[in-house]
Amino acid sequence: MTGTSSEHHDPAVAFESAKLGVWTFLATEVLLFGALFTAYTIFRMKYPELFRVEHAKLDRVLGAVNTVVLITSSFTVVLGVDAIRRGKTRLLEAYFGATILLAAVFLCVKYVEYAAKFHHGLYPGTNLFFSLYFMMTGLHGAHVLLGMAVLTYVLVLSRRGRLSENYYTPVEMSGLYWHFVDLVWIYLFPLLYLVG
Amino acid sequence: MESIGQTGTDRHDRGYLAERGWRSWAFTLDHKRIGAMYLWTTIAFFLIGGLFALLLRLELLSPQTRYFSNHAYNVFFTLHGSMMIFLFIIPAIPSGLGNFFIPLHIGARDVAFPRLNLASYWIFAAGFLVIIGSLVAPMDTGWTFYTPYSAKSAAAVTTLSLGLFLVGLSSILTGLNFLVTIHKMRAPGMTWHRMPLFLWSMYATSIIQVIATPVVGVTFLLLAAERLLGVGFYDPSKGGDPVLFQHFFWFYSHPVVYVMILPAMGIISEVIPVFSRKPIFGYNAIAYSSLAIAFLGFLVWGHHMFTSGMSPLANTIFSFLTFFVAVPTAVKVFNWIATLYKGSITLESPMLYALTFIFLFAVGGLTGPFLGALATNVQLHDTYFVVAHFHYTMMGGTVMGFFAGLHYWFPKMTGKMLNEKVARLAWALIFVGFNVTFFTMFIVGTRGMPRRYAEYLPKFHTENVISTIGSVVLAAGILLMCWNFLQGLRKGAPAPANPWRALSLEWKAASPPETENFHEIPVVTAWPYGYGTTKA
Repeated sequence: MTGTSSEHHDPAVAFESAKLGVWTFLATEVLLFGALFTAYTIFRMKYPELFRVEHAKLDRVLGAVNTVVLITSSFTVVLGVDAIRRGKTRLLEAYFGATILLAAVFLCVKYVEYAAKFHHGLYPGTNLFFSLYFMMTGLHGAHVLLGMAVLTYVLVLSRRGRLSENYYTPVEMSGLYWHFVDLVWIYLFPLLYLVG
Repeated sequence: MESIGQTGTDRHDRGYLAERGWRSWAFTLDHKRIGAMYLWTTIAFFLIGGLFALLLRLELLSPQTRYFSNHAYNVFFTLHGSMMIFLFIIPAIPSGLGNFFIPLHIGARDVAFPRLNLASYWIFAAGFLVIIGSLVAPMDTGWTFYTPYSAKSAAAVTTLSLGLFLVGLSSILTGLNFLVTIHKMRAPGMTWHRMPLFLWSMYATSIIQVIATPVVGVTFLLLAAERLLGVGFYDPSKGGDPVLFQHFFWFYSHPVVYVMILPAMGIISEVIPVFSRKPIFGYNAIAYSSLAIAFLGFLVWGHHMFTSGMSPLANTIFSFLTFFVAVPTAVKVFNWIATLYKGSITLESPMLYALTFIFLFAVGGLTGPFLGALATNVQLHDTYFVVAHFHYTMMGGTVMGFFAGLHYWFPKMTGKMLNEKVARLAWALIFVGFNVTFFTMFIVGTRGMPRRYAEYLPKFHTENVISTIGSVVLAAGILLMCWNFLQGLRKGAPAPANPWRALSLEWKAASPPETENFHEIPVVTAWPYGYGTTKA
């Protein structure tokens, strides 16, 4: 194989590069969700009554539970990053394992919510509010799934002994991404569930 | 890529091309090989897209439909447009030449993320394979895919949306890679203001790719969701709005015309000083005008929608903002001309294409204000005037810039020289053919000939015949150019490291460069435009 990369530049530059790369990627993600938030704003201004009636059909309790679950998962990610900075790989694995578990809980709750909506005949095509609800939470759910894959990858790296207090770039980067996924939900929850 | 008669020192002389076999390409992490793969792929799509254009010109030989059905004609112009835009002109210069020359220009061994770079190529490949798959029920919507027709059409819109989403993802990741590379990988002494101007335009391009592309990604996702799930964002019967699709689409697709043109402008800024033997005039002005174009490009998308039912106020604001784009663009053109002034100009093929760029792009640029102004826009909207305008900017501009880059860097990329006589002959055919084909479209456009129809009024017949003849000349020129490339690859004379006596860093590497570009990372002490001074 030709042109191997990372061994050429010094680790500090590699870390800074990765960080800039992830932040740039998050900017992309903001724009990806941005289009949906724009659609939300437009249709909400156009049909306030529809949003007032329809948002009441969402389950606020399950939404709130999921909010707590995701915020907790962001907390465990931070603890994981802190652990690897001190070189404690076992602790990192425990915290990242917990994060993945919490993400799974989030998706299970989402599944229960979706199933209930379908049961009541509420589909993505039912009306604009539910179009927005399913597209926004669906796209967010896909990001949670992707995040779980990334966190699992970091977990495997750690199990194989590739991470230490001297090299923990993947931990830090996956953490940044996970905070973003969390942050999107922080906006989605009030906009969809709470504001009438 | 055979080499003839250099068996002895073959491995050394072939530089990064030394390794053979498909694995050495498919799994390469070398930015030069990845760039070369993009070039081969995009040029192939350029030729296919051109073939569709010739079919369109064939049909337009007669005022009534003659060779193809109306549906076939619709399919042809859709495929011509979407292949040229998404599979050729957007990736060709950034992903092809950009990949090859950004690390060389900044004195680095590779891009910041070589694995991501390879992944970008394969995501692009997956995207175009899916797009080719969608040809089982080919699109007939035009390359803009406007709803409600695209939401109802029997064509494979959902498949195509997925393909375009993948191509877009590839574009985002490439832009991200270049941004980080330019920020973090510059050689010692390579300050921002010592960078070649190609890098400034690639930097501005990358910003647009990263920020605009996700919006079109979600636009296509929502289009697919409309067809699959009945989501109604674009559907008036569900309270949605087809104009919202247009807003989303142009929020990407207007900035992306600067993804197409900015890298070409970067190439022109490299070629003009080399063949004028003069320092570039107004380095800072050219550099910052790239960023200005990228910024302003995000504020003018509405000028594609003056007749779509936006409010008069929005129309006025978008029209007003559109005129601002002319300023940084003109800044570049004036600085190139000032660079030429009193230079020792030689007309090698890269310079011929660069001068052609300035001339044709000026025509394309100056016909822009007619479309940006509200009153004339209503008259000219969806006529051949628009077709002529964007072919003068995109083909007369970007493609000529691309050709300039290919001729300029051919010795560096392949280690072989081109046959200059054939190159000039091909240029002459392309120049004449292009103008005959497209200038006539300005004339029929102002006289009211609408675009996108297989039939037209008999009074436009003569001009259309002239245009078709021009397109044949143009195609002959392009084929001759491609033949010259292949001949150059096979039996061109070995290229020296610096055939054009240029000062930027890529010419300090061997021709072709070795796998990691430089023996030692160079230390930069001056800008690369000191021509005619003591250094050149």
